[in-house]
Formats: sequence, structure tokens, C-alpha cells
Amino acid sequence: MSLSSFPNVAILKHTSIKEAFMVSKHSLTLKKRHNVLFSSSMESEDEEAPVADKPKTHDSKKLPYTKFSQQELPTIKPLMTPKWIVSMFLLLGFTYIPIGIVILIISNSMIEISFNYGAACIMNYSSPSNPLNTNNEMSNFMQNVNNPKTCNVSINVPKNMKNPVYVYYQLENFFQNHRRYSKSRSDKQLCGTSLKIGDLDVCKPQDSINNVEIVPCGMIAWSLFNDTFDFSTSNGPIVVDRGGISWLSDREEIFSSFVFPSNFPNNNVYGNSSQFIGGGKLNPNVSLNANEDFIVWMRTASSPKFRKLWGKIDNDINPGLVFVNITNQYNVYNFGGAKKLVLSTRSWIGGKNAFLGGAYVVVGALCVVLGFTFAMVHWRNPRPLGAIAYLSWTRKFEDSDN
Amino acid sequence: MKRLVYVNDSDITAGVFCSNKISNTKYNLLNFLPKNLWEQFGRFMNKYFLLIACLQLWPLITPVNPASTWGPLIFIFAVSASKEAWDDYGRYCLDKQANERSFWVVKQGVKTQVQAQDILVGDLVWLHENDEVPCDLVLMGTSEALGLCHLETSALDGETDLKTRVAPLPCIGLNSELLLKLKGVIECPDPDKDIRRFDANLRLFPPFTDNDFSPITINNTLLQSCYLRNTEWACGVAVYTGNETKLGMSKGLPEPKVTAADGMVDKLTGALFAFQLVVVLILGVAGNTWQSYEADKMWYVRYPKVSRWYDFLVIPLRFELLCSIMIPISIKVSLDLAKSLHSKYVDWDVQMYDSVTCTPAVATNTAITEDLGQIEYILTDKTGTLTDNVMVFKRCCIKGVYYGAGTGDALTDPELVRAVMEKVPEVIKFLMVMAMCNTVTPCKSAGRALFYKAQSQDEDALVQAAAQLQVLLCSKMGSVVEVSLLGEVLEFEILDTLEFTSERKRMSVVVRERGTGALQLLTKGADETVFPTLCSDQQVRPIADAIDRYSQLGLRTMCLAWRDLEENEYAAWSLKFKEASMSLMDREWKIAEVCQLLEKNLELLGATAIEDKLQEGVPETISTLRNAGINFWMLTGDKHSTAVQIALACNFILPEPEGQLLQVQGRSSNEVRISLERVLRTLRITGTEHKDVAFVIDGLALELALKYHYEAFTELAMLSKTALCCRVTPFQKAQLVELVKSCDYRTLAIGDGGNDVKMIQEAHVGVGISGREGLQAARAADFCLGKFRFLKRLILVHGRYSYNRTAFLSQYCIYKSLVICFIQIFYSFLSGVSGTSLFNSLSLMAYNVVYTSIPVMVTAVLDKDIEEKSVLEHPEILYICQTGRLLNPSTFAGWFGRSLFHGAVVFLVTVNVYAYEKSEIAETSMVALSGCIWLQAFLVALETNSFTWFQHMAVWGNVVLFYLVNLLLNLVEHSGMYTIMFRLCSQPAYWLSLLLIVIIGMGPLLALKYFRVMYRPSTVNMLQRLEHQYTNSLSVETPTKSLDVSLSMTRTTFNHGSELGSVYEPLLLPETPTFQKKSGDSEASSDSVPSSPTRVTLPTYSRSKNK
Repeated sequence: MSLSSFPNVAILKHTSIKEAFMVSKHSLTLKKRHNVLFSSSMESEDEEAPVADKPKTHDSKKLPYTKFSQQELPTIKPLMTPKWIVSMFLLLGFTYIPIGIVILIISNSMIEISFNYGAACIMNYSSPSNPLNTNNEMSNFMQNVNNPKTCNVSINVPKNMKNPVYVYYQLENFFQNHRRYSKSRSDKQLCGTSLKIGDLDVCKPQDSINNVEIVPCGMIAWSLFNDTFDFSTSNGPIVVDRGGISWLSDREEIFSSFVFPSNFPNNNVYGNSSQFIGGGKLNPNVSLNANEDFIVWMRTASSPKFRKLWGKIDNDINPGLVFVNITNQYNVYNFGGAKKLVLSTRSWIGGKNAFLGGAYVVVGALCVVLGFTFAMVHWRNPRPLGAIAYLSWTRKFEDSDN
Repeated sequence: MKRLVYVNDSDITAGVFCSNKISNTKYNLLNFLPKNLWEQFGRFMNKYFLLIACLQLWPLITPVNPASTWGPLIFIFAVSASKEAWDDYGRYCLDKQANERSFWVVKQGVKTQVQAQDILVGDLVWLHENDEVPCDLVLMGTSEALGLCHLETSALDGETDLKTRVAPLPCIGLNSELLLKLKGVIECPDPDKDIRRFDANLRLFPPFTDNDFSPITINNTLLQSCYLRNTEWACGVAVYTGNETKLGMSKGLPEPKVTAADGMVDKLTGALFAFQLVVVLILGVAGNTWQSYEADKMWYVRYPKVSRWYDFLVIPLRFELLCSIMIPISIKVSLDLAKSLHSKYVDWDVQMYDSVTCTPAVATNTAITEDLGQIEYILTDKTGTLTDNVMVFKRCCIKGVYYGAGTGDALTDPELVRAVMEKVPEVIKFLMVMAMCNTVTPCKSAGRALFYKAQSQDEDALVQAAAQLQVLLCSKMGSVVEVSLLGEVLEFEILDTLEFTSERKRMSVVVRERGTGALQLLTKGADETVFPTLCSDQQVRPIADAIDRYSQLGLRTMCLAWRDLEENEYAAWSLKFKEASMSLMDREWKIAEVCQLLEKNLELLGATAIEDKLQEGVPETISTLRNAGINFWMLTGDKHSTAVQIALACNFILPEPEGQLLQVQGRSSNEVRISLERVLRTLRITGTEHKDVAFVIDGLALELALKYHYEAFTELAMLSKTALCCRVTPFQKAQLVELVKSCDYRTLAIGDGGNDVKMIQEAHVGVGISGREGLQAARAADFCLGKFRFLKRLILVHGRYSYNRTAFLSQYCIYKSLVICFIQIFYSFLSGVSGTSLFNSLSLMAYNVVYTSIPVMVTAVLDKDIEEKSVLEHPEILYICQTGRLLNPSTFAGWFGRSLFHGAVVFLVTVNVYAYEKSEIAETSMVALSGCIWLQAFLVALETNSFTWFQHMAVWGNVVLFYLVNLLLNLVEHSGMYTIMFRLCSQPAYWLSLLLIVIIGMGPLLALKYFRVMYRPSTVNMLQRLEHQYTNSLSVETPTKSLDVSLSMTRTTFNHGSELGSVYEPLLLPETPTFQKKSGDSEASSDSVPSSPTRVTLPTYSRSKNK
């Protein structure tokens, strides 16, 4: 390798020089000898050239020549021109505003009636002897099993509510997404795998009572919402359809049809105490997937203010008073929570929620404003596209020239 | 300090010295795991990830499945550990192979075959032709009559020529029978790594000689890893073995290089970690407070009544884990992957393929491509790097007569040929010096063709030229030289060689002509060292003029001189010389002293001029790169005038009106100080002018300056953009690199020879030219190029793109993790500051790896902000990369702000739309996740400068992929996401909220970017617009015309603008201070003055291009 790469200009054999010298002995041979010397060196160069060329063509084929490897893939380079940007913002604005308006109209056409029965009911039980002014007093009242818990309220329905009307209960300041709480469930157990105490560590401290495992374990199940509502109008009772309020997929796959509640601490503080704190009961004879209230409750909410579906009313509700008979058992008083009953119609966009439509309108309007601003700025102060003269170094050069 | 080696008697010293077992391995079986883990945990990021992974093992605090951290962590560790193990195993195998080669060693007077690892100090090793030398040996005898042997040392010093090694005097003439019984002692220094010096003494025991010491130099040694060539056999005594050999001592793995961008990412990560701690602290305290006031009342949470001592830690640690994603584990992997693809581009680049030598560009170090884009200083070797290193004898001046002046080639000059024919004595003498005063070895190849093995290309050129002029060096057998003069063979005996050293800068030989017996001293050397040795009564002027003229032509010059020696003078001197050669202390200096005694009263014969052709495209490359704001330093071992001429020829420095060359010189510390101060004064004054100022310094002055006036020299180095350092040693080259590095500049060193290796390893980026001086530089380098001119493309195209892409990728990786992290933080305020994770483990794990990695990776591999052509036309654009404009705390703040904004948008929209009856955690989390994915797609699209179909596929296909993966996961019953995506996809509210998230998230960014591009454009934006104009208007406009048009446009706009007042912002004001990254670099901006048409023309000679 190294030898061949040497510039062997002088591969002149000893003899050839002698010959050359012999020739030179004759007169007028100067030029001739030059030719000999020269041509021999030329030859050696000529010989080298093809040797160097051969592997070249061979090797350059080895380099993968693709558009990708040479970074020459065809490209599109979007350039932000005023025309594009202005029309884009205007287009976006004029698309978003109407969408927002439509959503707002739909949302506003929803009729939603919300009633804070938690506060109203507890006041019903208040008496001079038992004032129930503080959270603790209310909570203590709720925790006594013997206290009366029913309460009648009437709700005014201002407009005709078309069926189906959804009945929700809304809890506020209730942290279903608290880390301790939201993890405290065993999906394996819920779907039918029989688990022993040791496998239920996720449910702690609500995993067992007297060394017998709880089914369903965990704090979510244990804190099941248990208020009930009876609706009626002056024309008679309103039928509430309590079926189909949970997700079909939950009923079919997540909650088992052959797991029945057992050893469930119905309503009791830590299971065996007689103290009533306000939590749900589970009927040991009803399988988990048949108890839709339970399934709905087990879908934990993402924020501390949430609604859960309680039932559906398949008839229109005419304007007027709706009377509700409530068993107000669920204790949200000690942490200052609120309980509301919500009657609402629903559209394809969901219930009444002004945020989405409002945001669309605002954003669309801002887009339009931006579009017009950019158009104005461009109109007042047009910018030519780039030119070499704008480059800083070119400019400096020009300056120094002038 | 000394070691005594008993020749042929290894038993005496057995156990004293190490065995010849070579070991380059880093680990062994036992220490691999702990040592490797220890090394891996040396990195901050790995420590961090381990901490997080350990915390996650505590189920009380982990918000997600521990596997989401352990999986990737173990994977990453396993990958890098197995890579290390594999490399080490490779080294082990190589060592084993080397250790188990068998060699013939004399044991008890009998040649036996043993393995290399069993060779002991004192053993007599018997080598055959083409054997590799197994350890450092002192030559004792060879098959050649005069104790000579030939050695190829390329593995050691990178020089491809054969070196002649000779047995010490007392051993010459011993036959192989006697050698087997040889006894003696060698006194040699302790092992060191200097491969050019070995000062030892040999004393043979009777009956071989009397008790006389004889000197041993490096010329008597066979060093490990060299090859024996053209010699039947040679034997030597092992003096250094194993890892104590000269090679073994100079080994050592070079430090891994850390790029500027990597360093910045590390810093940003550190800042991020600090931010994370603050967040954790705040949220932790908030969480504990909330818990103590609120959570006790929440009966459904059932806080335990008894508290444990660590309870107060639980919530902060939960948040630490929740925020751990802030520093993404994937960033390192992504960066490595992208960079290795960037370096693949280098390997693949057809335009950097050297078709002459058939070498493609190779990126040996795949982790530092982006550093190429940040280069501010290039330190370049001259010979072989800027030039072809093909030396051709072009001209000469003999006794004042110029040859080759007319044709440019002395070899074809009829005058010279006639002079040779007529045997003009001066000319013949001149040619004899050319042919004999050298270390060239003539060799006969198989086909009887004669070729030369020379240590330097210059010598080769001289001998070749002499041969063409009928003075042919036929053979060198030991000290006997045959020269064919016009066909008549003359025999000479070389009595002494007064060697070339870098201090002496000349060499001489003492020859005796066989037959006549005349003694002559032949000398050649640099003019400044030869002139003082001349006898006083001769005309030096014409030759000095010739040398000036030649070096102005950029030719390498050499003076030839000679004189007749008296027999008794020589005899007297010879004794002194022998004495000096035997001294153990300061031998080199003493020899030099003695040599000076003989080298006097010389008769000057003339001067030779050798051309070293400039490589193709060197001036263009240098001027382009200098326009790109890169400062050039030329570090050469060559002489001052040649260096200056080459520098002129390749646009390195400019001739007088535009450029100024300042000299730093001096033989003493004081002189250097004065000179430095003068130069500094001049520089400070001229600093404001548009003038290219360069300084030139030679090796000695440099040594003094670095030793005594480091600060002044550093200031000079910072002020001057260009420097020429001539006559510098390899070590000084590395020192200079270090100096520039210490001023916080990014350096690139480029060279081709073994003497550049140190500099290449020292620089931030080392580039090797795979040239004629062997491949050693290329092996040590991070990038190998076939030719210097490819450097332009390497830096401006590959380096620049790589920096841009790396900057984008690294910040984007952090951005996308931050978005998720911010959402988690915001969500904690909705979940009672309890540390609930909004996202489930699976999504978090898949987020960085599956959902978001593809678009950004594809962009980081394919995106081009401006075309290669534009970059090469406007190399000034490189300053953006050099000054690190795309990756620094302020750009990072931009990305940080973006992630905060996007996190807030996603969170607020999701929580407000998915409220009330839609408030369900699995759905909410999926909406937020989809929002992030959508935003990412649009953000990547916004940040992309050029779309290929591939990028479109990656960006939009990734969104589709996200839905496919999620719909698949939704089919799994217990993934926690069962049917969620199906439900969401059927809800109009889901799609409407995504559209809302996208427009709120992207609208302001789009508007901001538009505003910047239009009214605060960067130079890149302007070039993009220029490109757009050129592609749109297909008309062939001459550049000057468009320049005029746009110039007039600027002027009108300017007037217009001044009327409008503050609305108008000059386009370029923000860009002007950009070149002044560092203080004291203020004049660097003048560097950006492009090469005007007037500037290109250089002095009268134009070289290399026409040839």
C-alpha cells in the first residue's frame, strides 16, 4: 500500500541512464536525451493514472447515493407571507366564531335546574335545642343512625323540559381524585378474581374486617353515595328510570356478575362500630354489575366538583313545581361539601356548559382581530421580501464602502 | 533512575521488571459490574434516574408503576454496559492475540519458541523479516554485514518510510553463533514515553570485548510495534517489556469529548433540576398543610390516626416522582441517535469523497457532529494538510547561477543539463551533496526497479532530482554508498553522520571516496543555520538573494555546502565526536557542540528549491471559512519564510495594503516580552480598522512566550484572528490548542501526520487528513477527510445542520416532558395537592417513547433551515451557530415558556370542558393527553423549516399512530383505559375541545413567529426569503442587479421609516452586535466583511491551481 502510493518518478533503471548517457555522447543529442528522460517519467505517470482511476469508480459506487443520504429529498418550504398569515387568521376566526355561536345557542337551550338540597335539608332538622350551625354539629347529626333523614323539597321548573331529563346528584368539595382515595380499589376483585387479604394491599385500610376480606374492598366502594330521590308533581309521581345509567362496558367487563358483596361495612365506621357515618349499603344478594349506582360511583371524578347520573326521566316535565322526597343520608357536612340535585336535558354536545362555546367565540374574535391587525400593519408598512442587501454582513460592507 | 539489563541473562532480573504481557483492557470479569456501574453513575443524569427509580419502589409514594422508570433505566444501562463490555472484550482479544504470538528467544544459549507474554527483560529476541517487534529491544546483531537492519515505524510515529537501525559498535561483526552466547550489561534509563530518545550504555563481558562502555542511542533500538523489513533476521535484547515499553507508556485512552451543546444541555438540566426541587418543595409544603387542615375532616380518605415520623416526607416525595418526568430519560438516547445519523450523513456525502485517493469522509466520533457548527478557531498543519505533500524539485541556484527560472523546472533546464554533461565541478559537487547528504535508503524491488525509502519527502525529492540529473544514488550497504555519476560508479564510505535535529536544522555527512581516499564534509540545511558556518571569503549574497526569491515563490529552500577535510583534523574531531556520542547526560547538546567544530569554513555551493503544491481549493476554503467568522491559525514545523509564503498563497494572510503581518520574535525572555508588547500595541491600534492583522511567531519565541509571558500571549492570541506559528513541535501545537481552548473558544485541529496527533486529540474537534504521512492522524481524529477543501462542507453544511437540529431536538425533548409535567402540577391543585397523577402509568411510559418521539426525531434528522447552496454562498450565517444562538438559556426560556403555556392551555380547556357530568378521570386524562399530542404535531410543524414527504408522514402519521395505539389499548379490558378512546371519539365535545386546544396553543405562537419573521427577521429568515424569491421568480437575474434593486428599496424604506417614526424597526439592528461574543473580541466583526472582488487577487504568482 504505502509503497505504491509513493511518487516513484525516478524508477529509472541504472542501465537506462547509461544508455541515455551513451546517446548523449553524440552531439546534438541534448534534446533527444531530454525526451528520453522526460518520456520515461511521463510514462510512469501514465501508468499510475489508470491504477488510481479504477478503484475510484468502483468505490464511489459503494457510497450509497440516495436522495436521503445526500440530504437532497425534495422539500416544501412554507414561507410566512402576510397574505398567508392574514388570510389564515381571518379564516380561522370566521370559522371559529360561528361554531362557538352554535355551541352557545345549543348550550343555552339546555334547561338545567340545580338545587342545593344538602344545605336545605339539614336546616330542616335544625332546632333550637340542636342548632346544627357548625360543620361538626351537622356531621354529628348525620352520623346518628336514629336521626330522621328524610326531607321534602320542591323545585321550580320554569320551562318545559323535553324528555329525556337526566337526574344528577352533584357533590362539591369532594375529592374523589385524592391520591389515597382514587387508588383504593381492586379492579381484579371487581372483575371476579378471588383475592385474599394479602393481595388487597391497595385497598388498605379498607381491605379487611376481622381478618376477612371485604368485597368490594377499598375506600371508594366504602364511601358509596346513598341518598335517594322520589319525584312527583301535583299530577302524580314522576317515574325515574334507574337503569342504564352506568357505562355498558363497565357493566359487562369491569364489574363481574358473579361477585356479590360480602363482609361489606355497610355504613359503619371501620366496619364493626355501630357509629353511622354516612356511606352506602350494598345488598349482598345483588351482584356488583347489577348495582348501577355502585358502578357509577366507582367511576371516579377528575375534579372535586362533579355530577353523577342518578336516573333518567323519560317524560317531559311541564313548568311548575316538582316535589322531591329525599333521604338525606350522605354525610358531606364535616368537610364543608355541598350536595345538589340537578335536573338537566342533554344535547349532542352534552349538558349546559357555556365554556366551550364562549371560548370558541372569544378565540375566533381574537383571530379576526389579529388578522386585521396584521393586515393593517402590512398595509401601512409594507415589507419587501428578503434581499441580499438586508443581510447584516452585506450591509456592514456597504456602510464601510460609503 | 536507571535499570541494569543483563544481556542474555533474564534470570538475574527475573521478577524485578514486569513481564511482557500487554493489557489494554479496562475491566476484568470481577470488577466489570461495579466499575462500569460506578462510571455510569458518574453522570448526573444517571444518578438522578437511579434516585427516581429507587423512590418509586416505595408504593406509598409512587404515583405510577415503578416499571415506567425501571424499564427504560435498566435498558439504557444495559445498552451502554454491553457496549463497554463488547469494546473491552475486543481489546482483550487483541491483547490475547498479541500476547500469544510466538517468538524465537534465546534461552540458555538455545533458540526456543516462546509466547510474546513470556519474554523477560534481558532475553535475546530473534526476529525474522516482517516480524513485529514484541517489546523494546536493543539491537545486537543482524543478518547484514554491518549490523544494519530496516524498520518500519509507522505504527509508532506515523512515518511510512523505512528507518535504518544499526547494532552498537562492539556487536558489529558478531555472527549468530557468537550472538547466542553474548553476555553483557546495558545501563538504561527508567521507562519513559519519548520515542525519539534512548540514551544508554552497553558493556559486553569478556571474551567479547574489554570493559569498555559503548553508547546506545535510539538508532540502536527496535521499538515495540515496529516491523522488521528487508532484513533476513535481527536479534536484540529486551530492555522494556509489557506496558513499560515506549509505546505502552505513551498509551492512554484520550478523554471523551464533550460538545458545547452537550455541556449546555447538562447545564440546563441542572437548572431544571433546581426548578424541580423548588416546585416539589412548594407543592410538598402546600400538600402537607392542606392535609393537616382539610384531609382529616374527609372521612372517606380515612387518614390514619397515628402518624409516623416520615409522614411529612410522603407528599413531597410523591411530587418529586410526579415531576421526575421533567428531566426526560429519553433525551440522551434521542440525542445519541440523531447525532449518529448526522455523522452518517458525513460518511455518505458523495461531495466529500476524494476520488483521487478513493477515501470517503469518515466520522469516527459519532457524538460530536454538532460541535462542528460551533467552531471558532481552526488550527491547521501546513505540510500535507494545506499542501499535497508531494515535493518536487523545481529550481536551484548553483554558485549564483539560476536554473529553472525560465521553464519553472530545473530538471529540464538545458543549461543545467549541459553543465552536468560538461562536469562543471560546482554542479557535480552540488549534485553529490544532493545525492549523498541524506538518510535515504535505496531499495530494489522485485522487478529490479530502484526506489527510495526516505524519511522526509524533501530528501526524496532531492535524491530523485539528482538521479534525473545523472547523479544516481545506487545503493547503500552499511556505510558504503555507491553513486553513479554519469554512468560511472563511484564508491564512498560514510564515516559519520552529523544528524539533523530540530535545533541544529542542518545535517552533514563525512565521506571518504574509495580510491582517492579524499575526505569531504557534505552539508545541507536551512540558510540561517548554514550561512554562519561558511568561510568568510565568499559571496553569500547571490545565494541569499536566490533563497529570498525562492521562498517568495512559496518554495522550500535548502542550502548545500561542502568542504574538504584534512585527515588529521578529522581524526582529532572523530575522537571528540565519539566521546560526545557516548555521554549519558545531555548527549544531544554535546553532539551538537562537537558537530559545530567540524561544520565551519564551508564552501557554499548553492540552494535548492522544492515545491510543495497547495492542495486544490485551499485558498477558497480558507477564505470561505474566514468569512464564516472562523479564525485560522497555522501551526507548522516549516520555516518562517515558507510558512509566510504558503499563508499568502492560500488567502491565509493578505498582502500589505489589506493585511498586516506582525512579528513576534526574540531569543530571550526579555526580547520576546518587548516584541510581544510592541505587537500588542499595534494590534490595539489597528483593532478598529478594517484590516486583517496576523502575527507570526517561531518555535523558540513561542516557547519563551508561553513560559514567561503567558498572559500577554493569550491576549495577543485573542486579539489576532490569524496566527502563523512556524518551527513548532508537536507538543507546542497541542499547547496552542489548549491556549485557545482556555479562552473559551471552540477549536478544530486539522492535520495529517503523526506530529499532529496530540493537537488533534487536544482540540474540541480533531480532523485528520488521510494523507501521505500515514494514517496515524486519521486514526486519532474524530473526522477523517481526504482533502482539506472538504472542511468547508464539513463545517458549513454538516456541522451547521447538526447544530441546528441538535439544538432543536434537545430543547424539544425537554419541552414535551415539561408540558406533561406542568399538567400534572396544575392538576395537583384540583386533587387536594395529594400527588395524584392525571395520567396513567402506561400513557406516561409511552408518551416520551412512542407518542411523541417520531416527529421530532424525523425533523431532527431531515430539517434544513436553508439550502446548502445558500450556506455556502453566505458562510457568514455560521455565526448563529458559533455564538450558540439556538441553544442557550434564553432560547431555553422560550421553550420553557411554551411548555408552561401549552400545559396551562391543555389543562384549562380539558378541565373546563370535561367538568360536571363529564368529570371522569380516565376520560379527562385521555383528553389532556390527546391535546398534548395534537399540540406537539402542530408545534413540530411550526418549527419545521422544510417539509419532505417523510416529515409530513411522521408528523401527521404520528397523530394517527397515537389513536391506533390507544384504540388497541382500549380493547384490553384491564388496561385502565378500556373503551375510553372509543367513547371519546364518538363525542363531538372531544373533537371540539381538541380544536380549541390547538388554536389557543398555536395561535399566539404562529402570530409571534410571523411577527418575528416579518418585523424582526433573523439572517436565516432573510436567506429563506431570498431562496423563496429565487425559486419563485425563475428569471435568471444577475446577482448585482437584484442587489441594486434591493438596495434602492432599502433606501426608500429607510426614508419612509423615518417619517413613520417608531413603527419602523431597521431590519438589521438586532443582529449587529452578534459577532462580539466575548470581550476583547470586538474587532472580530470586521471578519464578517466579505471578500470583495478586489480582495481575491493575490501576489503575482498563482500556484497549484493551474497544475
